[in-house]
Amino acid sequence: MNREVLNARRLLCPMPVIRTQDKIKQMQPEQLLEVQCTDPGVMQDIPAWCRISGHQVLETWRGDHEYFILIKVGG
Amino acid sequence: MAQQRKAVALISGGLDSMLAAKTIMEQGIHVEGINFFTGFCVEGHTHAIRDKDKAKPKRNNALWVAEQLGIKLHIIDVIEEYKNVLINPKHGYGAHLNPCLDCKIFMVNKAKQWVVENGFDFIITGEVMGQRPMSQRRSTMPIVAKQSGADDLLLRPLCAKNLPATLPEREGWVDREKLHDITGRSRKPQMAMAEQFGIDDYSQPAGGCCFLVDKNYSAKLLDLWQAQGKRDYEFDDVMLLKVGRHIRPAANFKLIVAREEGEGRFLQGYKNQFISLLASSHNGPLVLLDGEPSAEDLFLAASITARFGQGREADWVDVGITFPDGAERNLTVKPLSKDDIPKDWYL
Repeated sequence: MNREVLNARRLLCPMPVIRTQDKIKQMQPEQLLEVQCTDPGVMQDIPAWCRISGHQVLETWRGDHEYFILIKVGG
Repeated sequence: MAQQRKAVALISGGLDSMLAAKTIMEQGIHVEGINFFTGFCVEGHTHAIRDKDKAKPKRNNALWVAEQLGIKLHIIDVIEEYKNVLINPKHGYGAHLNPCLDCKIFMVNKAKQWVVENGFDFIITGEVMGQRPMSQRRSTMPIVAKQSGADDLLLRPLCAKNLPATLPEREGWVDREKLHDITGRSRKPQMAMAEQFGIDDYSQPAGGCCFLVDKNYSAKLLDLWQAQGKRDYEFDDVMLLKVGRHIRPAANFKLIVAREEGEGRFLQGYKNQFISLLASSHNGPLVLLDGEPSAEDLFLAASITARFGQGREADWVDVGITFPDGAERNLTVKPLSKDDIPKDWYL
């Protein structure tokens, strides 16, 4: 399935959460969103936001001072 | 069957807003949270920037509270709109640059707009009468309700019994008898209530979550306004005031000196907007220069940059200067000594 990508690098929490929230509002259920960040706080905050908002974190991974989260949009 | 009533709770991440939301949820009201990001919120940013804070658990307290309560949380970016609140507070500032009363009016007003747009019935906050010197006084609480436009749609569950009944109480959507009458600055009633609800983990009391109540931060913001000759700011200014040592050797420029690697990485992202300085002969911090320096000023800036690196005791230090357009220049300077930097240069 095609995934959309949100570049939230250089943004500090809660801005990556806000951008994720606003992006997902424009997406359809079951679509995938990859969020790319540099703030390590996203590894807690975005999954927390997904849990209370009904979206599913499928995968998280990290690179050199970069953090990635793959989200499946909920219904 | 009675209509399911819906309330939006202003969630700061502190205990009071958590208890207020919980109190209303206990009455069968559907509650969702709302949190406004002004740019001046303490949590998050500084932890994310500084390496020394990385060992601490990082969580967004508003998100954490929402998850504990099992409610949705809507985080709203109000950075641009908030400028007018901070720059032109109708009710003035508190001890520093904190426009607490205008801030509360603004947030309740935004919540009122949200309620209308999303088909909710009323607003709840964790305000406690007498708890905060500016925004939570008997005399100012009606001002918040009136000037925000929320009027009697604004319910403060923790001190509702000390206030006239609001619409949700008069209509019987909530039982006023099950609301509370807390007053004053003591935290004991809230702690007892938390225990009753089985809440044993919560962040420290509200009020410490805004950089604008911080004396040093406010001083740096005032300096910025003086230097640019107008009371205005961009979001990047807000961020940069939270990072590094700020040193102003002259009215026309200041330096932001990274205090550690994490801050250095963060400041790297601004190299295309500011002149940056970095010692090349010794290890040292990245320094941003904000302003329009003369050639002489650049020598002084390089000498200060050398002062904060490992070459501080050396006779000479080579300092590379990079301009926003990518042009580079190298200066060999004698590092300033500690005593060469007057205390009043530090912001």
